Amino acid sequence: MSELAIEREIDRSKMQVSDEVAIEINNMNKWYGSFHVLRDINLTVNQGERIVIAGPSGSGKSTLIRCLNALEEHQQGTIMVDGTELSNDLKNIDKIRSEVGMVFQHFNLFPHLTILENCTLAPIWVRKTPKKEAEERAMHFLEKVKIPEQADKYPGQLSGGQQQRVAIARSLCMMPRIMLFDEPTSALDPEMIKEVLDTMIELAEEGMTMLCVTHEMGFARQVANRVIFMDAGQIVEQNEPEEFFNNPQSERTKLFLSQILGH
Amino acid sequence: MSDVSFVRTEMLPEQAPPASEVGVIGWVKHNLFSGWFNSILTLVSLYAIYYVLSGVLPWTFQSVWNANSLTECREIMMATWGSTHGHACWAVINDRWLQLLFGFYPSHLYWRPILSLVLLLVALAPVLYSDRVPSKLLIFSAIYPFLMPFLMWGGTIWGPISAALGFVVAWGVYSVLSKQLSELIGMIGAVVAAVIWWLVLSGYFTGAMDSILPIGIEAVQSRQFGGFMLAILLGVVAIGVSLPIGIVLALGRQSDLLIVKYMCVGFIEFIRGVPLITLLFVASLLLNLFLPPGTNFDIILRVMIMMTLFSAAYMAEVIRGGLAALPRGQYEGADSLGLNYWQAQRLIIMPQALKISIPGIVSTFIGIFKDTVLVSIIGLFDVLGLANAIRADTAWNGIYWELFAFIGALFFVVCFSMSRYSMYLERKLQTGHR
Repeated sequence: MSELAIEREIDRSKMQVSDEVAIEINNMNKWYGSFHVLRDINLTVNQGERIVIAGPSGSGKSTLIRCLNALEEHQQGTIMVDGTELSNDLKNIDKIRSEVGMVFQHFNLFPHLTILENCTLAPIWVRKTPKKEAEERAMHFLEKVKIPEQADKYPGQLSGGQQQRVAIARSLCMMPRIMLFDEPTSALDPEMIKEVLDTMIELAEEGMTMLCVTHEMGFARQVANRVIFMDAGQIVEQNEPEEFFNNPQSERTKLFLSQILGH
Repeated sequence: MSDVSFVRTEMLPEQAPPASEVGVIGWVKHNLFSGWFNSILTLVSLYAIYYVLSGVLPWTFQSVWNANSLTECREIMMATWGSTHGHACWAVINDRWLQLLFGFYPSHLYWRPILSLVLLLVALAPVLYSDRVPSKLLIFSAIYPFLMPFLMWGGTIWGPISAALGFVVAWGVYSVLSKQLSELIGMIGAVVAAVIWWLVLSGYFTGAMDSILPIGIEAVQSRQFGGFMLAILLGVVAIGVSLPIGIVLALGRQSDLLIVKYMCVGFIEFIRGVPLITLLFVASLLLNLFLPPGTNFDIILRVMIMMTLFSAAYMAEVIRGGLAALPRGQYEGADSLGLNYWQAQRLIIMPQALKISIPGIVSTFIGIFKDTVLVSIIGLFDVLGLANAIRADTAWNGIYWELFAFIGALFFVVCFSMSRYSMYLERKLQTGHR
């Protein structure tokens, strides 16, 4: 896990954190059977924040953000997303899922549909957008992730980096207010990591609220406004990136940083 | 400069492969004589093919086509070739082929099954070749299930109309209840309403309408059905109905709702654990004991239901295999976009699971189609039952190769077509690897 340098200048004019709360997690606990995966998580995310969640594997980072759109169920505590509480009510869950975009490690594109169909499916069926409008919007976002020419191909014909950018465009087509990234670059070759990170930076520049589980510390340093370090299912430390990297407080954080950065 | 240093200064041009690698010679060398062992196998195989064909071809083509009985056939053979051995007597097919195809269906009404078959192909076209046939034809595909029984059995036109009205009733109940209460209650209400309509009300409706406006064609009794027509009838119904039921059973087996799950598991395991022939005996004999006396429950309908349930249980397991092969990420991808359960199943999961299951699904189709000959055991005159009847006739007593070769050819044509179609479909749905 190296630190990929981000060469370009980042435009910070629209990267503003508002007072509006996007996500609020209170005393949340989760178990897999008898294994206590997430322990007493408290976290408030404001609209416009860019949060990177780091930590060793098995620390519960992915589980945490998967709880935010109910891909995983939590057993105790409350999660409020955009003012709606995540409960067992299917209507609330579907509402939250359509407001929260998610990008996966293995892309999870639908292999039987073309790129364009992948992007228009949810807007048409969930949002009831007219087909023509959905296609126009899909092309707009495909242009944004710089692969409009692939619109009629199938996911299997694209490279990993291209597939991940399609996955980002697919999420954006639902016009989400919050984006979750679950290790979006972990399955990619180094040259493809860069193209995906560029797309994510552009998204951040437009003021999107983002929660990223990632090992890309360069991205965390340059783009995030807050870094959260998790270990053994708990939030161990959180701080602004500058402080987090230069002046870690907890021993666990120091050890982790020395392992992934110090060579 | 060290010894290992090397820099290429010009790129090599592409060259044609040597003659022994391409063309006919290359093909023969690679595929037939690629080594001494393979060469021997090739020669042995060629001899085996020659041996079989040298027997079968003269038998098939040096044959008698016109005769009224097996005895007459043999007399002609003796006169022509001086031996009765090694010559087919196709005269039996020439004499009885209409009966083998249609059973005891009234001969002046043969146009009805033939029209049904032609319309079946029309109804199937938009389903099988969705990219080449206008999708408006699907409306006809939806009408066909009601049109076909009317053509085959005849009688009043109000029967099939009343059966179709059951679906209208179900849809009406669903759209009212699902808006006012919930979708689940709407679905349950729709099923209950449809069943009440079919079992109780439709009889009165048909009777009333028929007395007001008697429109109909000559009725044909189920016991007159037979021959290869019966195999196609049973096969098409069992295949067409078992696929949707199989999908529902496969989904039910994966359900989180325990009662639904165990009902599906119980049904599937019971049906798979019992031989089809047992189910057919239940349909033909036992069911009468349980039904109220005087109920007229058509034997062909009973057999259709049993064959459909039998094939649905196998279908469910084949589809479950396809579902299991899908990565979890597909479900998560669909969930994360806010698709609900049925949308995710219909748009994401089923298209992929069914595609993976195509070979298994088509094997089940072919299997159930060939199993239709089992109905001869419960006294229906399907093509095999008729063959036995023909052999019992004094004129054709003692003949069997020709009849069974003909029946085999009929089944082969249909089954081979299904197999080829499934390969075409697999190629068409190929969209590159995940």
